[in-house]
Amino acid sequence: MGLTLKDVDKVVGREIYLKDINLHLEPGSRNVILGRTLAGKTTLLRIMAGLDRPGRGRIRVGEKDVTGVSVRKRNVAMVYQQFINYPSLSVFNNIASPLKLAGLKKDEISRRVNETAAMLHIEDLLDRLPAELSGGQQQRVAIARALVRETDLLLMDEPLVNLDYKLREELRIELQEIFVRGRAIVVYTTTEPTEALMLGGNVIVMDEGRILQTGPTPEVYRHPASIRVAEVFSDPPINFLKGTVASGSVQIGERMTIPLLGHLRALGDGAYTFGARSNHLFLTPNNEDDVKIPARVELTEINGSETFIHARYDDFRLVVQEKGVRHVAIGSDIDIYVNPAGFFAYDADGILAAAPA
Amino acid sequence: MEKWPDNKAWLLVLPVFVIVAFSAIIPLLTVINYSVQDIFGPGQSVFVGVDWFREMLQDYRLREALWRQFLFSGLVLIIEIPLGVLIALAMPKRGWKASAALVTLALPLLIPWNTIGTIWIIFTRPDIGLLGAVINNLLGIPFDHTASPLDAWITVMLMEVWHWTPLVALLAYSGLRAIPEAYYQAARIDGASAWSTFLYVQLPKMRGVLTIAFLLRFMDSFLIYAEPFVLTGGGPGNSTTFLSLYLVKIALLQFDLGPGAAFSLIYFIIVLLFSFIFYQALQRVGKGETV
Repeated sequence: MGLTLKDVDKVVGREIYLKDINLHLEPGSRNVILGRTLAGKTTLLRIMAGLDRPGRGRIRVGEKDVTGVSVRKRNVAMVYQQFINYPSLSVFNNIASPLKLAGLKKDEISRRVNETAAMLHIEDLLDRLPAELSGGQQQRVAIARALVRETDLLLMDEPLVNLDYKLREELRIELQEIFVRGRAIVVYTTTEPTEALMLGGNVIVMDEGRILQTGPTPEVYRHPASIRVAEVFSDPPINFLKGTVASGSVQIGERMTIPLLGHLRALGDGAYTFGARSNHLFLTPNNEDDVKIPARVELTEINGSETFIHARYDDFRLVVQEKGVRHVAIGSDIDIYVNPAGFFAYDADGILAAAPA
Repeated sequence: MEKWPDNKAWLLVLPVFVIVAFSAIIPLLTVINYSVQDIFGPGQSVFVGVDWFREMLQDYRLREALWRQFLFSGLVLIIEIPLGVLIALAMPKRGWKASAALVTLALPLLIPWNTIGTIWIIFTRPDIGLLGAVINNLLGIPFDHTASPLDAWITVMLMEVWHWTPLVALLAYSGLRAIPEAYYQAARIDGASAWSTFLYVQLPKMRGVLTIAFLLRFMDSFLIYAEPFVLTGGGPGNSTTFLSLYLVKIALLQFDLGPGAAFSLIYFIIVLLFSFIFYQALQRVGKGETV
């Protein structure tokens, strides 16, 4: 059964938490809500779960209106940022708790708990108490508790954010496999574009309580419909260059004139903002169409496999993402190469005017 | 290599050692010293070995006081711990109401102990006391803690519960407030009832603070002195003579320093022993997360 949200608002006091939320989630789909902190992701999840009532609007499961139906009567499961387990119950009883409350038979409970525990590789920990487990193991137990019920709706509120890098990678890959196997609608929130891309499925980009764009994740990544979507869906931050289109070329700053090529030819005269992700900027030319941006280095960050070079051209701050460890002196002048064929062009209202095919 | 390293670091430990020596070690040694001597006056004493201990252990009044003390502490724990948790559960969670409730609750804890005894003397007087007059005159039930041992016990218990339950409530409240909202949500999503939520979320999460509350209330109630001393003076008869009241009678009113010192040591060992047993037991109950 699909989940539909129609014109959902949530206002607390004078603060708008959610505004004009319209969504339809297909049965068995994977949906990643991508947005910064305070974008309204958790509020939206709580309303989907039935923990909170929307201020306005309707929520339907299949054809049935469930607006205002208590969470106890819904078929949902949720995993939180914090590792939430019953402290005095063993891992087995923790995973079994929703099944016991649902009144299942003993051998059925034991079969399903063992099955789910094996899926999350915690079958050897069933006799332990949550406090005796590591953070990653505790979150595995919480995820198992959510999965064991085989609910129609599985909500995950940044479940990996409190884990260290290695565990996060590991669990993310496992979750992907589990999601593909299940038949529940999965809704997963994250602040990280990379995580959204890795999990695949559909993405719902949110900012300030509104949905900015929805669609299959790679498509949204390749065609961010507005400047705000491009900002939310880029890490490191996307580079913006403001320019003016006139008589077949673009003037950017004082020292750069770029001929209009490819998809950019469709642009009419006027002011535009051009976006290019940092992995499209290079320190060496790759293509005869590349344009050269003269810039001054302000900062470099090295994370081992990549180097981020922060530089400035006129008033534009640019980040170049280069593979490997690069040493560039701070304050030195460099040339940054970028192919305009990859530019997103946004009009004065911040709406996508032209994107590479 | 230098054979005698610079030992100046010991100087840093010295203040602590001096404080502990004067606050604990020297007084304790003095008591031990008294407990093995018969003291007639300054400089006149005879070593008597463990005679005083033997005498005290055979003293039936001490045994009576000890059983009275266990009954009292037992009742205190049975009443105050659940009542404190109930109050904490019923308290407002946030806003000015929470602050108001906290201040109101803390008031009995701020009153000097002697004053508490005095308050309850007046409160329960059959002629002018609010509670005493209501029970005697309006309800027509004779109630006088100076005459009836049962009435005396009821009054002492009421006073003790009124005085110290707020402490348990405050501790339990702090434990409850420390539980992240997500736990309650998770329990709701699982379909858990309020009772299951209490049993499997709130109670285990309060385990740490309740252990502290239990031990504090045990020790304090076992050592209670000022309030019953003011309220009943141990009477009527010996019915509310708790261990500390009897100890003071021996050591200070009769000035039997030797037996008093032996009594003190026995008293001390009992408190220590039971605190240890309770702590060990509570560590095992519902083993989970320490808050």
